Amino acid sequence: MTIRSDRDHGQRCRPRMSCLKKVEATVVQMQDPSTGVKGTNQKLNITTIPHAITGQDIVAWITKNMNMDNDEAQAFSTMLVAFGYIYPLQDHKKLVLRPDGSLYRFQVNKWKAEDTDYAIYLAKRNIRKKGVLDAYEQEEYNKLHKWMNHKWDFIVMQAKEQYHAGKARQKADRVVFDCQERAYWIVHRPPPQTHSAMDYGLDRHIDPNVEEKKTYDYYKRIVIYMCFMGFCSKSLFLACSLVKYMMTFKNHDPFLVPCLPRNPWQTDHDSYWELNTPDVEVPTKMRVERWSFSFYELLSDPRGRADFKVFLKKEFSGENLAFWEAAEELKWGTAASMSEKAEHIFKTFLAPGAPRWINIDGRTMGLTVKGLEHPHRYVFDAAQTHIFMLMKKDTFYRYLKSPVYKEIQKKAISPAPQFFCICIEAQLQQNMRNRRPSVSPIITWQKEQEEKAKAAAAAGPIDIKKLMASKLDRK
Amino acid sequence: MCDQTFLAITFGPCDNCSQNKPLMNIYLKNEPINYCSLCVELMACQGLAKGETIHTLKAESETLKTKLEEERAKLHDVELHQVAEKIEALGQFVMKTRRTLKGHGNKVLCVDWCRDKRRIVSSSQDGKVIVWDAYTTNKEHAVTMPCTWVMACAYAPSGCAVACGGLDNKCSVYPLSLDKNENLAAKKKSVAMHTNYLSSCSFTNSDMQILTSSGDGTCALWDVESGQLLQSFHGHSADVLSLNLAPSETGNTFVSGGCDKKANVWDMRSGQNVQSFETHESDINSVKYYPSGDAFATGSDDATCRLYDLRADREVAIYSKESIIFGASSVDFSLSGRLLFAGYNDYTINVWDVLKGTRVAILFGHENRVSTVRVSPDGTAFCSGSWDNTFDLRNILYGFALYWHQGLYIGVLHHPVMSVP
Repeated sequence: MTIRSDRDHGQRCRPRMSCLKKVEATVVQMQDPSTGVKGTNQKLNITTIPHAITGQDIVAWITKNMNMDNDEAQAFSTMLVAFGYIYPLQDHKKLVLRPDGSLYRFQVNKWKAEDTDYAIYLAKRNIRKKGVLDAYEQEEYNKLHKWMNHKWDFIVMQAKEQYHAGKARQKADRVVFDCQERAYWIVHRPPPQTHSAMDYGLDRHIDPNVEEKKTYDYYKRIVIYMCFMGFCSKSLFLACSLVKYMMTFKNHDPFLVPCLPRNPWQTDHDSYWELNTPDVEVPTKMRVERWSFSFYELLSDPRGRADFKVFLKKEFSGENLAFWEAAEELKWGTAASMSEKAEHIFKTFLAPGAPRWINIDGRTMGLTVKGLEHPHRYVFDAAQTHIFMLMKKDTFYRYLKSPVYKEIQKKAISPAPQFFCICIEAQLQQNMRNRRPSVSPIITWQKEQEEKAKAAAAAGPIDIKKLMASKLDRK
Repeated sequence: MCDQTFLAITFGPCDNCSQNKPLMNIYLKNEPINYCSLCVELMACQGLAKGETIHTLKAESETLKTKLEEERAKLHDVELHQVAEKIEALGQFVMKTRRTLKGHGNKVLCVDWCRDKRRIVSSSQDGKVIVWDAYTTNKEHAVTMPCTWVMACAYAPSGCAVACGGLDNKCSVYPLSLDKNENLAAKKKSVAMHTNYLSSCSFTNSDMQILTSSGDGTCALWDVESGQLLQSFHGHSADVLSLNLAPSETGNTFVSGGCDKKANVWDMRSGQNVQSFETHESDINSVKYYPSGDAFATGSDDATCRLYDLRADREVAIYSKESIIFGASSVDFSLSGRLLFAGYNDYTINVWDVLKGTRVAILFGHENRVSTVRVSPDGTAFCSGSWDNTFDLRNILYGFALYWHQGLYIGVLHHPVMSVP
């Protein structure tokens, strides 16, 4: 028995199905009379089927020859069945491989999965015995009859011929042939509501196997874009930096080290999330530790950023972070409000005599001022980078040594790991019922916005003149 | 932590069209020029200059390529797994499915987590987009898109909106509402317009901007409020299937992978293709940054996943096995970056040790191909969506003590243990 290689039905060009070639090579090996899977004559109902193989033999062969363990071999053999290389003799509609004594055979591809052939097949079954078609098959048959009406005589004639040819065969051959044909069509015309492996999704727009027309612009683009070479460093240094990152975060990865007090998904208790909300009063020790890993970690955790702001307030240098945040808001904000935001930032932070003036070098200031002639969202990029590096290299390290940080480290709680009891089904059910829903993020967001507005109003630049005027008035 | 590399951007009048735009700094015949991205594209298409033929251009590009390879080879002295030899190996992992979310009538194509670590938005082939509270498995919102094959969906950082798109060539943003009966489709905003299907979308650091990638070979950055195109990214020669934003403090770059086997790194401000990697043998289905932002992983139809280091400018690891034949459709890292979860078209999920390059676990359970794998924002669980209409949430099953005490078994949270009864 051989497998014809036009099984991929014209999808040969599609790389995503090129894996089938490897699968085919394996199946050919499996069919080898000496080293392949041993087939025997097995009794099915009353007929003897030749070359039948059992599920467990298939799995055993794959485990041995493809160097896989049992579960993987089972999954792989299920793929073989799903793609139609092997078909089940019993329970033909379920395309899974059962690793027991269930019988299978190698498929022989004699058909093309075209509608004409399918119509002939259905017509043939109809001739044999009326009403033998399943509901979905009947529907398909009616559909095909409708739009292949012009060919219908040809189809019926072919069906009759095949039917008579089939009758002339011996009983065993006939059963085998029918099984094969039926299995083939289960794979290529799957019943509705089943998952078919032949489904590969959408066609991709551009066929990547078609050689890209290498015209002048293809090369020109390479020449133009190849010129920036980037920042290469020695592999050892880079590999070490990847490893260093992993080791630093190892204890924080819930897949490597259990999170404390307990993983909410395992235990149906969300105390872990309760203890780590963005605005929690007292953070956990792990969280505080994480702030010390990098400035980015500190800023991306809202609680960490709040703590950093407390420190900055004590140092009277809150304007750097405020500027950075405002520039971020400009960068990621809507296009409509961009120019007025840029104006506002300039007036508040950069203009000479500004209420929250930040200290940047002359060159950066010059670039920024020039850019502001035509404001765009990245106009403060240079200044923002400068300020960020300043905070990262200086302020951040002072923060880590400051009493503010040391205090929060002391205050931070270390929840004890909780033992939990997964006893009987009833307990599990109760846990499931006790799952608490959380506050909708929409509400959380609205609250945050309100608080921000309040804070902005409170932190607005103090107008000295007004203040003096009000004092004079009171006098 | 290692310094993030800052790409300086210049903004100003383009040397060619004199408009004020973000400029790409490139060199032409060793002369630095400052052109905007549109003018660069035009220049590439202008036709052969005097004295140039296709052959001279081809020769020039070949010499540049070999030069680049030589430079890279000079700095390559050690492989990642060699450095990782001294690190202790991971124990055997046993992962358990914690939740199965059933509700889609058709293939689940895309899944995204909300920043609150428990909500998920998922989209499917029949046009349905559902927002779940995965912890309680309740469905919170549902939208029916007017098109099928919704391949892209994303949760907004604020948690107040979702974006989705697919065969309609558009990306639409739906603001979520607290009122259960409200028809979300009424407030829908059409943001992106492509000329072919939308394969992937992602919000940037705020709700106001969306980055999309499309089957027409381009990526684009859009302003949500006005629907205006802020920047477009040209460079792929086939469908772009996936994109991912860099988790760095600057947040200015993203990586995209496409059917032309290339993974490109882009600067969002200028539209410039900063780096390009072409070592895969087939379509790249999925790209994901390493948590530090210094590297990224890709999953491809050639049944391998690869790790590329941005500073080394080369591929540093390849995750493959003889026995894995079917393509990887989706990849994601665990929080520390030690584990790489990859969903494959043979219905399985393989978990790789990123440093050592070995497989630590293989997960079964889906009845059709795994289309998407996403780790939750705090790393406590990961979610896998499949074409069998369900998606499962799994996380680690820790050392369940191997004794039974009067029919109860007590779980103790230690490090992962070898096996479980």
